[in-house]
Amino acid sequence: MSTGGLAQFQQVFIEESLEGLDTMESSLLALDEGGDGELVHTIFRAAHSIKGGAATFGFPEMASFTHEAESLLDEVRGGKRAIDKPIIELLLRSVDCLRGMFDRARAGQPLNDSASDGVRGELAAMMGRAAPAGTTPARRAGDQAEAWIIRFHPHAGMLAGGNDPLRLIRELAGLGELAVEADLARLPALARLDPSECHLGWSIELKAPARREDIAAVFDWVVDECDLSIEPKPSAAVTPAAAPAPASLADAAAARGTREANAESSSVRVAIDKIDGLINLVGELVITQAMLDTFREEFDPSRLALLQQGLTQLARHARELQESVMGIRMLPIASVFNRFPRLVRDLSQKLGKQVRLELHGEQTELDKTVLEKIGDPMVHLVRNAIDHGLETPDRRRAAGKGETGTLKLDAYHRGGYIVVEVSDDGAGLNREAIVRKAVERGLISGGEGMSDEAVAELIFQPGFSTAAVTTDLSGRGVGMDVVRRNVSDLGGTVTIRSKAGQGSVFTITLPLTLAIIDGLTAAVGEECYIVPLVSIVESVQLKPEALKTMPGGGELFRFRGEYLPVLRLHELFGCTGAKRAIEDGLLIVVEGDGGRVGLFVDGLVGQQQAVVKSLEANYRRVQGVSGATILADGSVALIVDVAGVTRLGRRSKAA
Amino acid sequence: MAKILAVDDSASMRGMVAYTLRGAGHEVTEAENGQLALDAASANGFDLVLADVNMPVMDGISMVRELRTRPSYKGVPILMLTTESHTDKKMEGKAAGATGWLVKPFDPEQLLATVKRVLG
Repeated sequence: MSTGGLAQFQQVFIEESLEGLDTMESSLLALDEGGDGELVHTIFRAAHSIKGGAATFGFPEMASFTHEAESLLDEVRGGKRAIDKPIIELLLRSVDCLRGMFDRARAGQPLNDSASDGVRGELAAMMGRAAPAGTTPARRAGDQAEAWIIRFHPHAGMLAGGNDPLRLIRELAGLGELAVEADLARLPALARLDPSECHLGWSIELKAPARREDIAAVFDWVVDECDLSIEPKPSAAVTPAAAPAPASLADAAAARGTREANAESSSVRVAIDKIDGLINLVGELVITQAMLDTFREEFDPSRLALLQQGLTQLARHARELQESVMGIRMLPIASVFNRFPRLVRDLSQKLGKQVRLELHGEQTELDKTVLEKIGDPMVHLVRNAIDHGLETPDRRRAAGKGETGTLKLDAYHRGGYIVVEVSDDGAGLNREAIVRKAVERGLISGGEGMSDEAVAELIFQPGFSTAAVTTDLSGRGVGMDVVRRNVSDLGGTVTIRSKAGQGSVFTITLPLTLAIIDGLTAAVGEECYIVPLVSIVESVQLKPEALKTMPGGGELFRFRGEYLPVLRLHELFGCTGAKRAIEDGLLIVVEGDGGRVGLFVDGLVGQQQAVVKSLEANYRRVQGVSGATILADGSVALIVDVAGVTRLGRRSKAA
Repeated sequence: MAKILAVDDSASMRGMVAYTLRGAGHEVTEAENGQLALDAASANGFDLVLADVNMPVMDGISMVRELRTRPSYKGVPILMLTTESHTDKKMEGKAAGATGWLVKPFDPEQLLATVKRVLG
């Protein structure tokens, strides 16, 4: 058996074990909140599966670690031990250790570390004994003889259990030459004979040296279904043999070999009905294609209606196929949401706050790539909400609110986007503190005349932090600016709405997929550019007097109470034949992580879906451009990198 | 070769068993819990059933007990895939009608040797 074939199941094992750990964690948390005893079984089953698979797939360290946790769970399950906070705590930390072990397994590193050794010791201590060394216990050596007499009388029901005496005797023959004698004493009269029952017995002489345990092993499945005696043949000289070296069950080195071929490969587990739907669609596509193919031979104008119908069908299939293929990369956001109950519990305990976590829209599906990258920004928002947003029970009571704060995670579709909201009913943003800090940092000169919206935007500035004391929770050197950059790298935006005393809502808007974007096509001279719809705030036409020119040459215009820089795309990209007078063209106000800017273009051509082609892969990285797409007429249009151009805009504003 | 039903809720374990047995030329049907295994057993005849003990929906022990009530599965070898820490499960499985067991962890060679043992 090649290890290459088995390596694929090792990968599956890691994936399902990580899912099992998620289940263990969420069940432990539910148990902590007084969930029912059925949860213990769920937790046990998950641990049991990991243990069973770990040794099979070449992770003996993980098997022995899980064995400790499983033993503890077994006592709880069997009612020998009541589940309490310290046990839940320890099991939660065991889950963390196992996650770490799986991560190291993927990276091909040694599985045990000081943390896992420590927790393993605690598990053993909780069970009231020292941590076992993890070695296979030596087998007790059986006695040995030159020849054996075996008396074997199966019970009547043995055949029904699937054990065939003939098979057992044949197996015994594998140990050496046999002399078999049937015992017919219990054979009933033919009229009373039930052929599904066993009536015979055998006396067998094994005429070869063998160990007792090897003989017993032949009968290990039927010991309770037969009368069996295994005795050394009296005439033979019995010499006790030295105990043989214990056989190792699994050859550790061989098992480890399978791990080498285990470089992490990215894979998606797809529900079978999605695949079936895809196959079905391809089937329909083939039929439509065959129908259209008939027009190739001869075209008769009378069949025009049929051709149109075929083309309509083709368009529909293409659209459905596109959606289905995208759907394959789509996974429910639940896998991200599920890590929060634990995080919220740990954080709120640490900070002495009472927090109720509500999850909504867990089944909302996201592109796998987006899903993998949205976790960190969300963790940051949740940490912030608990650390800075929600108040302590005392302060909540003083503010006339319930002592328990609510943190809500919500995911839903809106248009072609996924919206993820992190909201809390805490104190909301503290305008004065933010303004004071921003002035301190030199970000602004004063808060007068600034809209609440503009003040809120300040927290997304690099290096901004309002916490008087940096806690070990939020203060990890990562600010809201990083959250915004991470989200913007995914083609999304983060906005905040906050009301003093009532709480804050952070809204992350993400594209459904990174492969296709909805965009507005804008004409600039002879070129077309695509501006991602998600980042467009508004399009406005300016009168010449609304444009202010700065001494350095930068241009600003007033938009909803703030001055925004104007970026002329024809200058940025060096397009010829573009409109120059501000009143002839159009300003597209876009929002990116650098704030808002107005992009000056000739005009809008239309809205379309653009399939993103990587510019880096086909050419090289170009500042201000995130990719390219092919328009319906076959020409290439560049996609504007809004995050990039807004950063350019800020620089020109500063100039 | 033989028609074998492999029952385990763990996709990796089930996959490994099925892959190994197919490699040896057997025809393998997979089921992810006892209930689905019973459904499969109703629709097909099998020469051998390999079943995990701990499974959601219906565990391996209940599955064996139910299977043995069916005349067509009297005498068909059924092996429990069990872990060494649960010796009592072996006996519980036997009492429910299992033929024998295969102790996890096992490697493909051990699996094939055991299957050969029951199929002869």
